[in-house]
Amino acid sequence: MTSSDSHTSASASAQEPSVLLSGNEAVARGAVEAGALVAVGYPGTPSTEILESISDRTDIDVRWSPNEKVALDVALGASLGGVRALATMKHVGLNVAADTFMTAAYTGVRGGLVIIVADDPGMHSSQNEQDSRAYARMAGVPLFEPSNSTEAKEFTRLAFDVSEEFDTPVLVRTTTRVSHNRGIVELGSRIEAPSLGFERDPAKYVMIPGFARGRRPVLLDRLERLTAYAEESELNLEFGQPPSPGDNSTFGVVTSGIAHQYVREVLPDARVLKLAMGYPLPFERIRAFSESVDRLFVVEELDPLLENDLKAAGIEVEGKTLFPQIGELSPDPVRSGFAKAGLIDARPEAEPAPPTVARPPLMCPGCPHTPPYLALKRLGAVVAGDIGCYTLASLEPLAAMDTCVAMGSSIGMAVGMAASGGADGPVVATIGDSTFVHGGIQGLADAVYAQANITVLILDNGTTAMTGGQEHPGTGLTLQGAETTPIDLVGLCKALGVRDVNVVDPYDLAATYNSLEAAMAYAGPSVVITNRPCVEAPIKVRDQPYEVISEKCTACQACMTPGCPSIVWTDELHEGRKKVTIDPVSCTGCTLCVQLCTPMAIVSVPRKKGGSGA
Amino acid sequence: MPEQTKGLVLAGVGGQGVILAGMIVADALVRAGHDVKQSEVHGMAQRGGSVFSHIRWGQSVDSPLVPEASAEVLAAFEWAEALRWVSYVREGGAVVADLRTIVPPGACRNTRSWATTYPGVDPDLFVDRRLTAHLVDAASTATELGNVRTAGSVILGAVSRFCGIDQIHWEAAIESLVPRGTEEVNLAAFRAGCEVGEATIPVAPAPPEGFSGPHQIEIDHTWCKGCDICSRVCPEYCLAVDLRGQLNVVNADVCTGCHLCELLCPDFAISIHPPSTEVVTAVD
Repeated sequence: MTSSDSHTSASASAQEPSVLLSGNEAVARGAVEAGALVAVGYPGTPSTEILESISDRTDIDVRWSPNEKVALDVALGASLGGVRALATMKHVGLNVAADTFMTAAYTGVRGGLVIIVADDPGMHSSQNEQDSRAYARMAGVPLFEPSNSTEAKEFTRLAFDVSEEFDTPVLVRTTTRVSHNRGIVELGSRIEAPSLGFERDPAKYVMIPGFARGRRPVLLDRLERLTAYAEESELNLEFGQPPSPGDNSTFGVVTSGIAHQYVREVLPDARVLKLAMGYPLPFERIRAFSESVDRLFVVEELDPLLENDLKAAGIEVEGKTLFPQIGELSPDPVRSGFAKAGLIDARPEAEPAPPTVARPPLMCPGCPHTPPYLALKRLGAVVAGDIGCYTLASLEPLAAMDTCVAMGSSIGMAVGMAASGGADGPVVATIGDSTFVHGGIQGLADAVYAQANITVLILDNGTTAMTGGQEHPGTGLTLQGAETTPIDLVGLCKALGVRDVNVVDPYDLAATYNSLEAAMAYAGPSVVITNRPCVEAPIKVRDQPYEVISEKCTACQACMTPGCPSIVWTDELHEGRKKVTIDPVSCTGCTLCVQLCTPMAIVSVPRKKGGSGA
Repeated sequence: MPEQTKGLVLAGVGGQGVILAGMIVADALVRAGHDVKQSEVHGMAQRGGSVFSHIRWGQSVDSPLVPEASAEVLAAFEWAEALRWVSYVREGGAVVADLRTIVPPGACRNTRSWATTYPGVDPDLFVDRRLTAHLVDAASTATELGNVRTAGSVILGAVSRFCGIDQIHWEAAIESLVPRGTEEVNLAAFRAGCEVGEATIPVAPAPPEGFSGPHQIEIDHTWCKGCDICSRVCPEYCLAVDLRGQLNVVNADVCTGCHLCELLCPDFAISIHPPSTEVVTAVD
């Protein structure tokens, strides 16, 4: 790449205000300031708000893709077309995009290409806590690890420059506590980075074996140059006073990302080498740092990647013997680790919190996903579930889901479960509309191809509800709310070759039950699609609420079986059993409990007018 | 010696406005000239789960998370959530807790004891931990002012006395962050919260009598035609029709005696007997 091929980058010149930004907003701001023209992704906690925070910009093409692989394909295509492009995803999304990611490291870029991956240590809202830093090592792609909102913005902006300078995609990895932490950020101005245009270069962009073999040494050579860059980078920061000569009871800490903040919190005066780039590593700089101290510690969240790399380079360090490999770090485990190392006194254990009630997330009052799972439980189905709000149906009292692994896995797993002959009931795959579009369609193609005796229940609530209600190709609306052509789910299923496709209103429990029962009886693949919108997004559905006439309630508990958060026990008893009451504020009027109430004790009440406030 | 970083924990239930309240506190602290970090977890929050927001402020803040036993104040929008986070308050710190109780449906599952797992309201819990407790009834105060949904602003008012920043910063933050058109009512709620008194502790109801054993389900198979109505309605999943079309009791030990199956059976094939009754073996 020649210099004329690169976008000029300038740091902020005009004085812009300082504002509180979340890490996600700061990442988006970094892309804005870097002159990005395309930003794509698939929603996933904790990454979702990156694209949402810049969805109203007219100078960037901001879009949801059907999944992360398509998002990265779009971003790579835009980059080769000569513009700066951003792709955003959560950690497990990078698994989906990994195929493109690994080979994009071979092709390199034209316009800067930056991939944001947001990890979720502690699994606040994820199915695993994989450490995405490993992907940088596997692909040979440089990795930036911001530790606060300011760095989230600056590193993202800089990542575009690095991407163009070294002709490589760049990975920026955040974690939940960076993405969802607000901090003060100084804004800069946006640079103009017009398209460099596409340039035909098959040896670089057509990765057939003959050409890919030519790119492999380019990749390794690039890594060497990136290592030299990391060695010199002023973004790697040192904290604390260098030891006085002759002092040989010293220690130092190598850290990166959010772990740095916890180290500073616990040991504000310690010598710390904070790495901005988690890959490739500046071994010489770390070696020099290590030689200035007697003991060297590595504090990193999740896996001992840094630790193992340093050990392999012959640098003696202490890490995971002191600090947990499981879950999220915070000041408390970092303090315990350094106490274990004998550097500080252990803090007395905090008095434990008194016992309180468990409060797991629940399916919302009026959730259209609840009735189908109640029916599936009654029908004794073996349910291969998928990822979305409806995964909560695996919990009591519905307890109507038996597996959940990865986006779109439900259908293929149901095909396999049916093939095994080991299921003790009819096999049903359940999958939301957004997840179906993301990764379920090929599974359904296989169910048809294998003529598997399964039922696929597509829970179409017209949104990506789990992440807060994002549009997707099935909704017919863009991220900006503009109309586009929606996928016709029924037509799609039929086109794939499913002969038994039925649509049912999930608020009609009997119809849902009968529809599922008939589909399960059908020999071969069948599809049932439920068609009620999510009650929370895009429109809050609030029909007339219902109330319980206490004198009529026989406390049979039938209305408690769906686990509606609006229905709880009162202190009144009937034959020793607790009667129930409905919270009129949260009740959406879905009528599921009414349909379950044999003594007809549940009746509608006019909704009171209420205002809004904090 | 630099100013020590301080912490505040806000806790509540999804939908109560904890995240917005956290943004208001952070904004007020920034206006007062502090470095501020605020951390929260999204994702599961809107589905009725626990929601929290950690706020730290000072000259230069490192960790966005409040270490255990270090917060100046815990602001709980709900009683059970106050208990969940109380270990984060430093000795001598303060707890502002709304006595509002939001009982999750999961607390209403034990059909043996009929007791909920929701903790009772006990202000001594805080006194025993040497904390200053300020128990409020924000919903009532907000309702008196005309809008129950401003309860969060009432709680912020009650919290403001423990944060050491000027009133004008709070009010500016509220004005800039609450939904348009609700600025005045939220400011009024905040001001009322600054002076809100201690709430009256509710009297706990007597615990229910408990479970004297499962009711007994008697099936007359000569009359049962296996129509499946009873097994579809049983709230405890006690009954099931097998592949031969025969109705069986599959969960005999959980019948609560609601009589739904007995009442709905079109063939009078089911009888429910109280726990103590000796039942004659079912006719086969």
